[in-house]
Amino acid sequence: MELRSAGRSIALASVAVLIFSACSGSATPSPSAAPSAAASAAAGPITVGFLPKDIVNQYFAAAKTGVDKAAAMTGSKVIQVGPNEAKPDLQIPFITDLTTQKVDAIIISADGKDEVAQSLKAAMAAGIKVVGFDSSPAVGAYNVFVNQVDFSGVGVNLADWACELAPSCTGDIAILSAAATATNQNAWIDLMKTTLKLDKYKGLKLVDTVYGNDDATVSTTQAQALLTKYPNLKVIVAPTTVGILAAAQVVKQAGKSDSVKVTGLGFPNDMKPFVKDGTSPVFGLWSVPDLGYLSYMVASKLVSGEITGKEGETFTVKGLNGDKPYTIGKDSVVILGPTFRFDKTNVEDFNF
Amino acid sequence: MTTTAAPVRDQRRWMSLLARWETLLVLALIGLILLGTTLSPFFLTAGNFSNLIAALMEVAIMAMPMTLIIVLGEIDLSVESMAGLSSAILGFLWAAGVPLWVGIAVVLVVGALGGLLNGLIVARGGLPSLVVTLGTLALFRGMALIVLGPRGVSDFPDWFTAFGFGHVPGTLIPWPFVVFILLAAVLGIVLHRTWIGRQVYAIGKNAGTARFSGVRVTRVRTSLFVLSGLIAALAGIILTSRLSSARADAGSGMTLTVVTVVLLGGVNIFGGSGTIPGVALAVLCVAVMQNALRLASVTVEVQSIALGLLLILSVVIPTFAHQAKSALDRVRGGRPPPADSIAQGEAALS
Repeated sequence: MELRSAGRSIALASVAVLIFSACSGSATPSPSAAPSAAASAAAGPITVGFLPKDIVNQYFAAAKTGVDKAAAMTGSKVIQVGPNEAKPDLQIPFITDLTTQKVDAIIISADGKDEVAQSLKAAMAAGIKVVGFDSSPAVGAYNVFVNQVDFSGVGVNLADWACELAPSCTGDIAILSAAATATNQNAWIDLMKTTLKLDKYKGLKLVDTVYGNDDATVSTTQAQALLTKYPNLKVIVAPTTVGILAAAQVVKQAGKSDSVKVTGLGFPNDMKPFVKDGTSPVFGLWSVPDLGYLSYMVASKLVSGEITGKEGETFTVKGLNGDKPYTIGKDSVVILGPTFRFDKTNVEDFNF
Repeated sequence: MTTTAAPVRDQRRWMSLLARWETLLVLALIGLILLGTTLSPFFLTAGNFSNLIAALMEVAIMAMPMTLIIVLGEIDLSVESMAGLSSAILGFLWAAGVPLWVGIAVVLVVGALGGLLNGLIVARGGLPSLVVTLGTLALFRGMALIVLGPRGVSDFPDWFTAFGFGHVPGTLIPWPFVVFILLAAVLGIVLHRTWIGRQVYAIGKNAGTARFSGVRVTRVRTSLFVLSGLIAALAGIILTSRLSSARADAGSGMTLTVVTVVLLGGVNIFGGSGTIPGVALAVLCVAVMQNALRLASVTVEVQSIALGLLLILSVVIPTFAHQAKSALDRVRGGRPPPADSIAQGEAALS
């Protein structure tokens, strides 16, 4: 009985095989996304896996436009993969699968530097070049990390903008950040606090730091709470693109655009109306498409062997850094450039 | 007459074999593997199978006790938070200089105690497990955040991280897969071959009847929740090892996948039926599907839709098959099938 039913299972299975293969043949018309092993084997064009923290954040969509632009010049192929939630354990399967697909390079914004390290090291051991951007994997788990900005610069910028917006550089200011655990934001806030201790900023009083978790709803609630709690608030500093937009909307809706100003790091497209109406006359960011562009060029140069990622190596990327050479620094880090300041004189010129 | 009897019986056997959920899962698995092979030239490689299995092992491990709990007619939503609490405590103790094996032992005890808390409230308090474990889902996560805060602990020794990420020497078998197979074997035998398993089914079918038949309902319920907590803590340790990092938010969102896998494995959400082999097959199906879609660079949204459809189908197909079978039997004028004839995978196994 056992044997006979086993025999039947096999018979059934083979029937199913026929049915399923017939189905998959017709139902999925020519798998468009078949990885291009052949393409990558040829000289010139390469295949790059682009792995953002999550695929629903427009920041990474903006970075991808730069990656795509650079890749298009050599006819290279960019595979975007990634989780729909920013969690490190969700990034790992994508890394292992890109390794399986034998892409030439992986461009990744790490959700957690240590969590993704083992799988990135395995990818590197398989001959894949790893370029970190935006948020760094652990040192040793990438060939080159492309940093968006000189970090110490951002802290000073934030303090400067707050000073500029607060009447005669005095009054209460508050910070609306991303998650309490966000590495980048915490580094900038620390540097901003250090800067605020300087004599020039002694009129500014940092009354609170709240966290909106880079979630539009939470950020909105936190911004509203700040307005309620601190009636004398002059400036909200939000070093996160989600937070600055939420804060600007809240201030505008509360009709306080004249008394409370918003600054920080934001997308020009998000902030254009608030620059115009005076809620947020000045803010900053770096060119996110350029960050993607540079990341791709670094990946491409690593694959071609032009650079290896060693400290002290130099290379130029046409159209970036005024065509001057970039130098790979300590821990194989390359810095895109200084923070870019947006205000009413230039914000309309940007589209991202 | 005798000439026609055999084919009819034969046909019935075919029908009952087809109606077996496990058979359908095997077919689905074969279909998914073929689909994966069509979608990507890299799919059918040993390394890839090793990776795709490794990616789902914490879920698979937590799905094993969850199978028993759902067969029992209960549910444990708190497993993902227990995994997070386990990761947080392990990280906290390690950072405080406690030897890792002591930390692991403490974490397992905490897991069992957390499970005991669930079990006592559900079994002795007579409260619905859906509500109780929804509460401990939040409770355990809150405790994890208190223990470790927002920081991550990551300087674990190599042997520990190699366990989560590495393979059995000389093979491509991930270590957590070994844990999963052992757990599946033990729980499979307990559920399908022992009096304990029969009591679990009895309670799941009708707790009142089971109690009158002398089954110690309270004790069985409590024990299974303790087991669930213990195994969730184990999954948290494995997750910590695989990520080489302890975090308070480890495992968040996993419960849904665990429950999905268990239901896809043919376990009746109302209790009383379901098998360990079915759930193990469902684990493979989900792992293969996710991997095939990723290799084909299908977006996460589509992957999520595919998983959702799979789950809905897993509930719709048995119901539909059951109705079709009843209708067929009525037409034939045969005896009506027992009410839960579809849901008797375990009967065939035991």
